[in-house]
Amino acid sequence: MQASISLSMASPAIIRSDCAVEFFSINASKPLNLRFCGLRREALGSTALKQLDSSRVVSSRRKQSKKLSASLSSNGSPSKGFDYDLVIIGAGVGGHGAALHAVEKGLKTAIIEGDVVGGTCVNRGCVPSKALLAVSGRMRELQSEHHLKALGLQSHNSQEPLGYFKVSAAGYDRQGVADHANNLASKIRNNLTNSMKAIGVDILTGVGTILGPQKVKYGKVGFSDNVITAKDIIIATGSIPFVPKGIEVDGKTVITSDHALKLEFVPDWIAIVGSGYIGLEFSDVYTALGSEVTFVEALDQLMPGFDPEIGKLAQRVLINPRKIDYHTGVFASKITPAKDGKPVTIELIDAKTKEPKDTLEVDAALIATGRAPFTKGLGLENINVATQRGFVPVDERMQVLDTDGNLVRHLYCIGDANGKMMLAHAASAQGISVVEKVCGKDHVLNHLSIPAACFTHPEISMVGLTEPQAREKSEKEGFEISVAKTSFKANTKALAENEGEGIAKLIYRPDNGEILGVHIFGLHAADLIHEASNAIALGTRIQDIKFAVHAHPTLSEVLDELFKSAKVSL
Amino acid sequence: MASPLLSRVSPTSNTISFSSSLTNEQSRRPFSTTFHIKPRRKISTVQAKIREIFMPALSSTMTEGKIVSWVKSEGDVLSKGESVVVVESDKADMDVETFYDGVLAVIVVGEGETAPVGAPIGLLAETEDEIAEAKAQASSSKTSSPIPPPASPAPAPAVVVVASPEKVVSAPVSDGPRKIFATPYAKKLAKQHKIDIGSVIGTGQFGRITPSDVEAAAGISPPKSSSSSNVASPVAAGTRIPPPKAAATAAASLPQIPGSTVVPFSMMQAAVSKNMVESLSVPTFRVGYPVMTGALDVLYEKVKPKGVTMTALLAKAAAMALAQHPVVNASCKDGKSFTYNSSINIAVAVAINGGLITPVLQDADKLDLYLLSQRWKELVEKARAKQLQPQEDNSGTFTLSNLGMFGVDRFDAILPPGQGAIMAIGASKPTAVADVDGFFSVKSKMLVNVTADHRIIYGADLAAFLQTFAKIIENPDSLTL
Repeated sequence: MQASISLSMASPAIIRSDCAVEFFSINASKPLNLRFCGLRREALGSTALKQLDSSRVVSSRRKQSKKLSASLSSNGSPSKGFDYDLVIIGAGVGGHGAALHAVEKGLKTAIIEGDVVGGTCVNRGCVPSKALLAVSGRMRELQSEHHLKALGLQSHNSQEPLGYFKVSAAGYDRQGVADHANNLASKIRNNLTNSMKAIGVDILTGVGTILGPQKVKYGKVGFSDNVITAKDIIIATGSIPFVPKGIEVDGKTVITSDHALKLEFVPDWIAIVGSGYIGLEFSDVYTALGSEVTFVEALDQLMPGFDPEIGKLAQRVLINPRKIDYHTGVFASKITPAKDGKPVTIELIDAKTKEPKDTLEVDAALIATGRAPFTKGLGLENINVATQRGFVPVDERMQVLDTDGNLVRHLYCIGDANGKMMLAHAASAQGISVVEKVCGKDHVLNHLSIPAACFTHPEISMVGLTEPQAREKSEKEGFEISVAKTSFKANTKALAENEGEGIAKLIYRPDNGEILGVHIFGLHAADLIHEASNAIALGTRIQDIKFAVHAHPTLSEVLDELFKSAKVSL
Repeated sequence: MASPLLSRVSPTSNTISFSSSLTNEQSRRPFSTTFHIKPRRKISTVQAKIREIFMPALSSTMTEGKIVSWVKSEGDVLSKGESVVVVESDKADMDVETFYDGVLAVIVVGEGETAPVGAPIGLLAETEDEIAEAKAQASSSKTSSPIPPPASPAPAPAVVVVASPEKVVSAPVSDGPRKIFATPYAKKLAKQHKIDIGSVIGTGQFGRITPSDVEAAAGISPPKSSSSSNVASPVAAGTRIPPPKAAATAAASLPQIPGSTVVPFSMMQAAVSKNMVESLSVPTFRVGYPVMTGALDVLYEKVKPKGVTMTALLAKAAAMALAQHPVVNASCKDGKSFTYNSSINIAVAVAINGGLITPVLQDADKLDLYLLSQRWKELVEKARAKQLQPQEDNSGTFTLSNLGMFGVDRFDAILPPGQGAIMAIGASKPTAVADVDGFFSVKSKMLVNVTADHRIIYGADLAAFLQTFAKIIENPDSLTL
């Protein structure tokens, strides 16, 4: 069962199964839907900026808000008979995005948080992992004698004849790295908190539970509960690391991403169970810090869910030359933490036959088999809603469905808790979509326009369909598809950086120029994807976008070339 | 290594876009660089009309390749320049084109299977008539010994198909449940150096096989301390030490003298440093001995024109003495036992290019002086060119260090790890000597000083060895035998 979770959890609504269970790939910009375009641009991307000059940004947002809603001077006033217009349970990135947009729309808004503001992404996910990956990237540069030499830089630590990166050339202070990650998380957390406080969102502390329609209670353990009413309620409780049965997590030698991000120790040899985004990013971090890594993957291929061609190339660059080996097609049926002088033992069974296959003895094991929704104690039974494997069932407008499949009025669920697309920026986009709907503007979010990224070195990013998915769709719906590719090797900026490894791939319809999917593997791929995701969100066709001008020389020319090389028969 | 099959690997593309070639294709095509493979003419035993298609070397590091797909099927007519097969290397997928017209008679290595570089993956018949013959050839080569691949960077094993497809795809690292634990990098190194991981003895934690175990098995001296050792231990809260290296941490406490420059160790210097620090864990003692060199000097003058060097003479003498005192040629590996070495390999310390290396004269007791001298010359040349093979500088069982040429009269050497003794040789100098009868004379005297591991070599052992050594030097005729 276990590792296959990463697939089975994918509900039919999800296009990319892997995205459904990974959380790491929040990135700076948010997929903006057509109607929001140009209206607002807060959330994560600009939080760093806010910190520098928070008053200015906030005030400018206010100005903007006023324009939109004359009644808005602070956090609105509630509709008749309710304490709030909108109550959001969970102050992660999804809840935060929804709250800011709600205030902008003039709704009196409260957000309930039982733990820390920022949720998984900010505290235990994308944000601290980016700090570790930043260190990893620099370590890799310093360790790559060959790379430095090619740039004319000299290092006194001489050759490693085997072509592997040499760790001994650059050293690091583990605690310093861990502190960097922790500091970043608290900085972003403060930014998020302040951005909500500044516009008057009520932050209520405690665990939120739904008592009935439009009624929520919250409170800390041991204190009396407060009951509030709201016209609309959004569930945004997120997810926690999923640990398959048989695996004993002790938080020291058998760990989840929650522990790994604290970087309390760097094992000599670590097994990573699951080769999705989380596993891949951690393999990048650990190998840069000198660990050897063994992947345990339930499927027959590493990196399932990526476009196969991209996955294959990524494996050549990110796995094969590094101190990594892997077991595919196996489950970790039992993992015992290190104790009494014994190492961590991992029992592997065949994913299909369930027969014992192998045993591993390693120094640590990281469980990266995906994430499970955090929906316990929400009081869903009070409104006749049953979760499906923990996920809250919703329709395409994020409206919660009860056990009979009927809409539960005034109740929405966004983000990891609904499992549609387990990415922080997807949650935020869903939250904004819900607020639009609540304000009387029907809105359906196009999940195919939401980009995803994996911050390895180099990075992987994608939006829309993979090639096999596109082929399947084309066969079903009877249209032609074409594929165009460009190489980073032909890009001036990439070559200047001596980072020519990588490709960009475009899957499109030659008959009308529609972009179906874009996949990038290469330097700064995560930042490059947005030209494509915006084009998909806005419905821009290739024949139009190919006339857009890109500064020379920049990495964005990789996409410029990509669009130009597509052959549209119009 | 321009073996015939590799010829004509000419990448034709640095193409920016591949879209045109991909546009109308149903199946996913490789991101391809095209090149030609020139099938090799068969060796006499086989008809020339049947050509083999070999697994090409697509990159300098490629040792084996996987067949992604056969573009052509058996029986297809091929014309020169057509893509026949797509091969996946460690770097990329590439189209393999035929260099001849003909018919694809037999596919030897199927899709998804792996073959070493140089191994035949298919047979190309010139006409359809030869197909049957090619098939027969293929089946016979499968059962009997297959045609040995030509000289190629990877001498391929005598098996064409390395593994079944399932195995390659689903279990790249496991060979069934076995209790051998080798780290990922150790496995990679073993593959690279063609070492059977099962034959390597693990010395790592929990008895696991570490990269250095594999390197040791491959005869490579471990390049450096393990990666984890440079992970600085948690530093007191708030403080940050700029270069977080263990060594730097220790040095940081020393006062900086203004204007000093810090030059990091080269690999060689780092290795020396590591060995020197390691030597501190061995309890050593020293015994000195005067040796009269008059007879040796006479001999040296005689054999010098024949290319014999003083180093060779001394190495030979030491080796001969060691042969009589095997304990001095032994080493103590675990603190619990003697390891008697079967061969006497004299390492000689040489200062080269700012470093210190110890080329090894292997079996110095068995080679004659002239061979030994010749061997020494080669070693020094190789050392200068940095081309010493691992076993040529790490297989020593006893070390000689000679500073006599600088006029040093005596010195003290540090015992290198893994050896039982090292001899420090001073200059041979005219000295007034009184003999037993009280007659004074001036004789050439050389002081030697041996440092030894007292866990295995005791004072009397060393004294007896030195006595033998002195006798050999003082009656050097046996050296030329």
